[in-house]
Amino acid sequence: MKAVYRRRKVVNALMCAVVFLCAFLTLAPLISIFGYVVSKGIASVNFDFFTHLPKPVGEPGGGMGNAIVGSLILVGLSCLWAIPLGIAGGVYLSEFGNSKLGAAVRFTTDVLNGVPSIVIGIFAYTLFVVPMKSFSAVSGGFALGIIMIPTVMRTTEEMLRLVPATLREAAFALGINQFRTTMNIVLKTALPGVLTGILLAIARIAGETAPLLFTAFGNRFWHQGLDQPMAALPLQIFVYAISPFDDWHRQAWAGALVLIAMVFLISIVSRIVIYLRYRSFK
Amino acid sequence: MTSLIYYHQSQRERHMERHFDEELAELKQEILIMGTMVEQAVDRAQEALKNLDAEEAHQIILEDRRIDEMELTLDEKTLRLLALMQPLAVDLRFVAMVMKITTDLERMADLAVDIAQRVIELAGRPLLKPLHDIPRLSLLAQQMIRDALEAFLKEDTEQAKKVILKDSEADQLRNLVQTELIRDFMEKDVSCVSRALPLLLVARHLERICDHATNIAEDVIYMVSAKVVKHRPRTF
Amino acid sequence: MNEQVNVIDLNAYFGHIHVLKGINIAIEQKQVTAIIGPSGCGKSTFIRCINRLHEVVPSARLSGEVFLDGKNIYAPDVDPIEIRHRVGMVFQRPNPFPVLSIYDNVAAGLKLNGVRKRGQLDGIVEESLKMAALWDEVKDKLGASGVSLSGGQQQRLCIARALAVKPEIILFDEPCSALDPISTGKIEELIFRLKQDYTIIIVTHNMQQAARVSDRAAFFLLGELIEFDRTEMMFEAPADKRTEDYITGRFG
Repeated sequence: MKAVYRRRKVVNALMCAVVFLCAFLTLAPLISIFGYVVSKGIASVNFDFFTHLPKPVGEPGGGMGNAIVGSLILVGLSCLWAIPLGIAGGVYLSEFGNSKLGAAVRFTTDVLNGVPSIVIGIFAYTLFVVPMKSFSAVSGGFALGIIMIPTVMRTTEEMLRLVPATLREAAFALGINQFRTTMNIVLKTALPGVLTGILLAIARIAGETAPLLFTAFGNRFWHQGLDQPMAALPLQIFVYAISPFDDWHRQAWAGALVLIAMVFLISIVSRIVIYLRYRSFK
Repeated sequence: MTSLIYYHQSQRERHMERHFDEELAELKQEILIMGTMVEQAVDRAQEALKNLDAEEAHQIILEDRRIDEMELTLDEKTLRLLALMQPLAVDLRFVAMVMKITTDLERMADLAVDIAQRVIELAGRPLLKPLHDIPRLSLLAQQMIRDALEAFLKEDTEQAKKVILKDSEADQLRNLVQTELIRDFMEKDVSCVSRALPLLLVARHLERICDHATNIAEDVIYMVSAKVVKHRPRTF
Repeated sequence: MNEQVNVIDLNAYFGHIHVLKGINIAIEQKQVTAIIGPSGCGKSTFIRCINRLHEVVPSARLSGEVFLDGKNIYAPDVDPIEIRHRVGMVFQRPNPFPVLSIYDNVAAGLKLNGVRKRGQLDGIVEESLKMAALWDEVKDKLGASGVSLSGGQQQRLCIARALAVKPEIILFDEPCSALDPISTGKIEELIFRLKQDYTIIIVTHNMQQAARVSDRAAFFLLGELIEFDRTEMMFEAPADKRTEDYITGRFG
């Protein structure tokens, strides 16, 4: 008996160690990437980097102020249309999706999620850039929005499905109609989860480069209107990183650091807002 | 009477669906034992009367304690079952009726004690007359106790109805004894009242025993069929 | 006696499963009617047919008629929403809306149906919480979440929520099965007082509870109504052997 117990204890300790190791191994790339970006980029991040336009080749200094603002505008534009559409789609799938049409929509969404972003860029190019005869912020926002939709939609659906059926029934039993029940009870209950989905989608599109090559294109100047080409951090990083100039390389690293920090910041702020809003309810 | 207990024990071996059934069967058994003791007490009181045996009468009075004890144990058991098992429907009727039957049996035993006391009063002097109707009444009472308990054991309403119908017979017998004693003895010769009155009371005690047996039979009918036949015009 | 709910030949199905078979029953006004029977006998389905909640389950169907004050609630021109305003419901597990405050939980049925006047809402919320015997315990924390309360309090909150809509009938679907004896006692006391103003139908697995709170009891078995009688008759001397076997725990 004793021997069996001892064997069990040893196996238990061993498996624990293995699991911890695996967890650490998965974290290792993330930590090293972050560490590398910080070490390479931190030196070039200064006040000017946020407030100045890029300087022409050869002139030292300058910043990516226009790209930071541009990225925020592009993300904002895509959120503006993709979040309502994604949530509405998610509500449809969860509340009415047990039909053939629902299954079709769900399948299409999953396929859309797998479409390479460059293809979506080309699509936005033919739909907006060609008829408008100009690269534009709008077309960039459109392309990024399309990438957002499947993530927002499917997480919304999953989160709504997690809301217990008894809550819906409780609302119905009070004579509350389906629209109100869905909006004021079900969606409200699932909001923190839905927000997590939105944050994931934002994190993903904030770093997208490929679709922007055909749409927002990039711009060396400050914001000039939504129908004009617009700078974006990933584009700027791309252009600077493949240039032959050391100064630009350093700036590219700084851009990468700012991009990561931005996504991180958005995530934290939203979570705090949700936490404060729901604090008394947990 | 003891055969009834054997019958009951053989029945107990069969279908015990719930633990509760065992408890109920045990209650039933104790009622039967108590009933047997009461019947014996009545029988012995009658024998003592026949022989004017004061010794035996004292013995009967002493042994009544055992029946009183039995009543206490049964009360405790039924109350415990009510509290712990919370019986419903037929079970509830059974337990409630057991409570009432216990009381009836104990009252019957007390009446047997009363008869024994009459025997003590009568002892030492010859009997007024040869007993004729009183032994018949005593046998009837014992028969009714036995039949009522059998009805209870077998949950047999027909048997119970027979017991109830016999009650008028007991009343008639008592009236017979009463008329005879008053008309032929007490009214004629005042000096024999002290020997006639105890006999009159014995008849009355026996008739009361029959009333209690009738109560038990009525309770059995309610227990089995949930029909109240007590204090109603006889409808069967 | 005034028959408020009259059910005629009610059949209910989930897909191909026939859960209620030809139920006919008349439920009296301002009385407590208990529905008893083993699990899966159609008790809950039955009461969910009275507030038209059965139909929200996919694959659920039904036939037959349910008359509420003489009007068939399954007539084509009847809006289920209106029926649910008249027939409130309290569920098995307390299910307050987790993201709403205590106040908003009680006010939900009114607010989400367009009642916006703060003064009016305040009055109804207080009145409902008082009727549900919860006011004294929560009056100082109406802004806290409904799920911050204990299980028994949550269930009384759900009762207050149902009362706020001012129904005529309240359905209780095993309201105490998740509660301790003290909370159960409070809910039973509440049901006893509520019957002065409301018609109450309660599904329960607890025989003693049915015996304590109800005036009449209906025994369901395998989707059929076996016996319906005054509660004392059901528990002292049921007419049907199957009822007796169930009540005395002899069920095979």
